[in-house]
Amino acid sequence: MTGTLTTTQMIFGRLTWDSFPWHEPIVVATFCAVVLGGAAVVGALTYFRLWGYLWKEWFTSVDHKKIGIMYMVLGLIMFLRGFADAIMMRLQQAWAFNGSEGYLNAHHYDQVFTAHGVIMIFFVAMPFITGLMNYIVPLQIGARDVSFPFLNNFSFWMTTGGAVLVMASLFLGEFAQTGWLAYPPLSGIDYSPATGVDYYIWALQVAGVGTTLSGINLIATIVKMRAPGMSLMKMPVFTWTSLCANILIVASFPILTATLVLLSLDRYVGTNFFTNDFGGNPMMYVNLIWIWGHPEVYILILPLFGVFSEVVSTFCSKRLFGYTSMVYATCCIMVLSYLVWLHHFFTMGSGASVNSFFGITTMIISIPTGAKLFNWLFTMYRGRIRFELPMMWAVAFMLTFTVGGMTGVLLAVPPADFVLHNSLFLIAHFHNVIIGGVLFGLFAAINYWWPKAFGFRLNQFWGKVSFWCWNIGFWLAFGPLYVLGLMGVTRRMRVFDDPSLQIWFVVAAIGAAIIAAGIGAMLVQFAWSIWKRKELAVEGDPWDGRTLEWATSSPPPEYNFAFTPVVYDADSWADMKKNGYERPLTGFKAIHMPSSTGTGVILAALSTLCGFALIWYIWWLAGLSFIGIVAVAIVHTFNYKRDFYIPVEEVTRTEEERTRILAAGV
Amino acid sequence: MSSATANAPMEPRAYHLPEEPHLHEGHSTMLGFWMYLMSDCLIFAILFATYAVLGGSYAGGPGPKDLFDLNLIALNTAMLLFSSITYGFAMLAMEKNRVSATQGWLFVTLLFGGAFLFIELYEFSHLIHEGAGPTRSAFLSAFFTLVGTHGLHVTFGSIWLVTLMVQVAKKGLIPANKRRLMCLSMFWHFLDVIWIGVFTFVYLMGVLR
Repeated sequence: MTGTLTTTQMIFGRLTWDSFPWHEPIVVATFCAVVLGGAAVVGALTYFRLWGYLWKEWFTSVDHKKIGIMYMVLGLIMFLRGFADAIMMRLQQAWAFNGSEGYLNAHHYDQVFTAHGVIMIFFVAMPFITGLMNYIVPLQIGARDVSFPFLNNFSFWMTTGGAVLVMASLFLGEFAQTGWLAYPPLSGIDYSPATGVDYYIWALQVAGVGTTLSGINLIATIVKMRAPGMSLMKMPVFTWTSLCANILIVASFPILTATLVLLSLDRYVGTNFFTNDFGGNPMMYVNLIWIWGHPEVYILILPLFGVFSEVVSTFCSKRLFGYTSMVYATCCIMVLSYLVWLHHFFTMGSGASVNSFFGITTMIISIPTGAKLFNWLFTMYRGRIRFELPMMWAVAFMLTFTVGGMTGVLLAVPPADFVLHNSLFLIAHFHNVIIGGVLFGLFAAINYWWPKAFGFRLNQFWGKVSFWCWNIGFWLAFGPLYVLGLMGVTRRMRVFDDPSLQIWFVVAAIGAAIIAAGIGAMLVQFAWSIWKRKELAVEGDPWDGRTLEWATSSPPPEYNFAFTPVVYDADSWADMKKNGYERPLTGFKAIHMPSSTGTGVILAALSTLCGFALIWYIWWLAGLSFIGIVAVAIVHTFNYKRDFYIPVEEVTRTEEERTRILAAGV
Repeated sequence: MSSATANAPMEPRAYHLPEEPHLHEGHSTMLGFWMYLMSDCLIFAILFATYAVLGGSYAGGPGPKDLFDLNLIALNTAMLLFSSITYGFAMLAMEKNRVSATQGWLFVTLLFGGAFLFIELYEFSHLIHEGAGPTRSAFLSAFFTLVGTHGLHVTFGSIWLVTLMVQVAKKGLIPANKRRLMCLSMFWHFLDVIWIGVFTFVYLMGVLR
């Protein structure tokens, strides 16, 4: 940045030919595969003339259902990338014994574990839960769309923009080598002068805008757009947990934004927030990032608690046990999640009183969580349980998550944490709750709501293969890490000296391979079901569901419900069925809907470009794209015509089509 | 409760509305914007907290007493508070559907906002010339970031204000424009509240320190 700039540096910043990692054969091979695969996809889309369709029907759509599906696709793609990182680490750690360096050098390995964490949290778990909430919440509350449909589309593309930046770091420059939270001073400019931390910062900032806005959007939707009769205590539990998760999003993501701004000022301007000298305080970063980070883990798990509640009550054909206590437990967890952040660094040395306070608040969280578990168990008690795939995942969750929760309570004891801090025990613990809670919940949700979204069920055989591979693979992969952690092995190690440890890492690697088989089986399950979709086709309500989303057709029409439903009960669809509700066949009206717009795509593309330019110090491009963002946003506000009516004829045609299908099904 | 009512004869229930309920346009805008403001408030909360932690870390450099000119800051504060009052007048005129009065008060607000920004930039450049730039110490980093973030907000508020004046000129005080003016009004007063915090905690208490 100092000295005279050549013209090339003016134009390209610090981007040069050497920014491509020519010397890393693994990366070059991956790059070739990605280019070939990408070219094949682009070629296929062009050959089948799908670009126009994708742009018109999907990319620019403000339909919450399509945006929800796009989020899920994004999450799935990034999940494969994040898992590739995981399997690389397992292989390296099983290999690098007895003087062997393994196959990953330190520079590469450090990027792999950082990318794994960042991708799995921000670009897998977050898109998955946001997609789920986007798809289901408006249907569950009987709304036609979300409160701010344009913002919804924009949020999705910002999240995608962040993912694009992370993916770009694989082939241009490098990703951070700091661990997924980028603690300074390691993430400061002195110790990480290359592009890695800048990729990290701008990927998260771009995606963070999307997350915050979608949080605001969903809160407004739940508060303002519920069907008549649906008081707060008649909301389905999934909607309740989504509400709490979104409140957490809006109340915590600004903290991440501000913290990363401070870090980037340190790196770009030379300020002294987190530096070692000039009065900076690196521990302040650790506090700030965890004030966001702990609520974040509850953002991930709360919606899945909602999923389990829906699944358990549906497949036990029973009202959920303890609805009210479930709601209060969720709200308790929401508040408590802000009072525990310091348990991530008891070893900082805050003193016995502070550590005790945070240790106790952490243990208290297990009480509402335990209450939830008992509610699910009591719902199952004397229920007529149908062990369909979603229910199987729910039971697997209860077993797995409970173990993860208990090791969490162990870690909450400060003296124990001094021994276990940053050990593989911790790694095993949080994978135990995130895989056992968030991922298992997502698999339950995908199996449960897939028929809703696409009108056909998922294949059971491959689903069961995936289920057993995941469950067995999980314990094989993470059981050994608990043992290793208790023996004192710390996280993020690349090579090991003690040969007696190798066997545990080999077992863990086998576990990861079995999980890989589980993922493969899941992909086969999707492909097989899509192939055989005619045979697996279902009516609106294949599971004998209890909440409003099952009251409409599967997949739902663009407008969700021909008539706005009226609600009398928390299990409103069960109530409607019990009281002999009959689907209206006449009297349809024109329906008011928001119109599609390409502005979200353009704004997000400009933001991603701006982030890219800032990463590479291409100042002119950063300035230009920023002016572009402001200009496009202003021009967008001059468009006052943002809605249209679906004509009566079209509504009638759609509904009569469904009447025919229903009649044929009987 | 369900067992008590299950056997009772049930009134036939209407499970859907015969007519489309008309959610008026922008029904969620105020709530949504309010939530955005609260999220923005959290950003400022973090910046205030950072200032509270680092505000005494001078690293051998100048402290608040050496740097802050309270007379200038008082003038600056007056500019921003006046701009809030004049925005209030604009809203009163808007309620009475008086387009030119609304535009006039908005313009006055813009002038006060501009004056505030001008004085702030003067203060910043003066500090940097004295060698008390944001890189000098953690205290100055926190100071410039907190005050500068507020200034950036006022800048974007001003751009937004100009945009809205053009839109009011083009379309008049239609409901959509009134709603937008309401949002900017909340934003503008919010910045005032933040500034009162800055004035108190950074400048007044800084000089007392």
